[in-house]
Amino acid sequence: MDFITNLNSFSTRPCVTTQNNSYTYAEIIEFSESLASLFVNKSLVFLLCGNNEETLIGYLACLKSKSIPLLINEHLDEKLLANLILHYQPSYIWGTQLTNHSFSSIFSWGNYNLQKADIGIDHNFHDDLALLLMTSGTTGSSKLVRLSHKNIDSNTNSIINALKIDKLDKPITTLPFNYTYGLSIINSHLASGCELIFTDSSIVNKEFWNLLIQKKATTFGGVPYTYQMLDRFGFEKMDLPSITKITQAGGKLTKELSLKFSQICATKGIEFIVMYGQTEATARMSYLPNSYSISKAGSIGKAVLGGHFYLINSEGKKIETPNVEGELIYEGPNVCLGYAENSFDLSKGDENNGILHTGDIAMIDEEGFYYIKGRLKRFIKVFGNRVSLDEIESIAVENGFKCVCTGKEDKLIIVTEDNDAITPLKQTISKITKIHPTSISVKHIELIPRNESGKVLYNELNRLINL
Amino acid sequence: MTNREKYVQVFVDSFSVNPDQLDENFVYQCVPEWDSIGHMGMIASLEETFDIMMETDDIIDFGSFTKGIELLAKYDVTI
Repeated sequence: MDFITNLNSFSTRPCVTTQNNSYTYAEIIEFSESLASLFVNKSLVFLLCGNNEETLIGYLACLKSKSIPLLINEHLDEKLLANLILHYQPSYIWGTQLTNHSFSSIFSWGNYNLQKADIGIDHNFHDDLALLLMTSGTTGSSKLVRLSHKNIDSNTNSIINALKIDKLDKPITTLPFNYTYGLSIINSHLASGCELIFTDSSIVNKEFWNLLIQKKATTFGGVPYTYQMLDRFGFEKMDLPSITKITQAGGKLTKELSLKFSQICATKGIEFIVMYGQTEATARMSYLPNSYSISKAGSIGKAVLGGHFYLINSEGKKIETPNVEGELIYEGPNVCLGYAENSFDLSKGDENNGILHTGDIAMIDEEGFYYIKGRLKRFIKVFGNRVSLDEIESIAVENGFKCVCTGKEDKLIIVTEDNDAITPLKQTISKITKIHPTSISVKHIELIPRNESGKVLYNELNRLINL
Repeated sequence: MTNREKYVQVFVDSFSVNPDQLDENFVYQCVPEWDSIGHMGMIASLEETFDIMMETDDIIDFGSFTKGIELLAKYDVTI
């Protein structure tokens, strides 16, 4: 049974708790059904997401009515949002912002409005399509990931199995709703009938910790930066009696920090579980069981139930020996249908057949545990968000700059031949992409190295700037 | 530079704001730059500027420009 139908069985159990409100499963289902009844046919719905009950209701309303939601961060730059609207022509927008003159508000609940397109277009959706996620939350790229109901249900079940989630677990939100890992935490706990604590406060706010303690949250997830902050806070001294399990994904935590948290958690009786995922795999592909968190620190563990990993070399041949690096390939029922670049692509079916080339370089040890060693493609991860260097380059060009982008780990490096562009480049890119200025560095060089056809020689560039 | 000037400068550098924007209404998330990442950057910068090490309770209680002045007094920094 799919998890949406299954929610009915939790009727009187608490579902969502916020600072000021609480709702049972029956109430959340009832509200989402009334919202769903307003959608004419199967529609494309833009959900402007925050960690609030309105977003959850919008999400469930779409899944129930087989409408297709695109999950967008409510703080996405207005221009980028307008561009997405133009590109995909949604029939509805569910959110706080009154965004567009060609939409009229037809319903409101809580702080959210349902806005209907004055002139709607009929989208042609493939039957398997259930959900759209953005490939990058920051650049507002119109390239989307197409996910099916089978993707969501299978990954939800694999995660429940991996983390042994039961109805007494009580997660508190630490990640955006629209972010694949944040959504995965929500899906897997809803499917288990848990009470979820929703807050837009972050771990740097007192309100967050007060809520966590007061409502007795048992679990949360974090990207590497979350753990860097917790480390600065002195996690070992923090008194959080209700916490029993924490997870880490969204990028590689250093081996040192991974080991440190494993040891602290072991003393505190908290399970610490490192995971590995990608939006293209409906969130999570592997986990390192808590019992191995110290002995295998730095590893992403093994594939979740229903999936498996292998490595290929540059000729595309499977690597059979341990400790040899190759591209990590994942196979499983949670691999997305494919991408969409425009509204016509929403009618496409499964293009991946359950196989995902992760673009990560990995190796396997003698006991079958996987380790990420680097990236094959031009991406960096800034605070858990994947950032395509090519997309940043196009944004800069669209705004009149001449520059190229490179980067390492969580640092974006923009290289320009124009000395005067250094400050405006940093400001513009940070403003549009919401990448924090401290994660961007702009460097000046005399000449960007290119080959005869004008293609940028990135390896040479990295050498020139000592990356 | 006086402590006040140093304190203002940390905010200006961390959040790309003008000094005249800094008053009791300048609170966490009032500008996109003051998010969790900007917050930790500002704390690190204050610690360096005033050569102090802030307690976790004070880091998470640091919700506004004005609150910060009150919190720094605990570290013998008079703004």
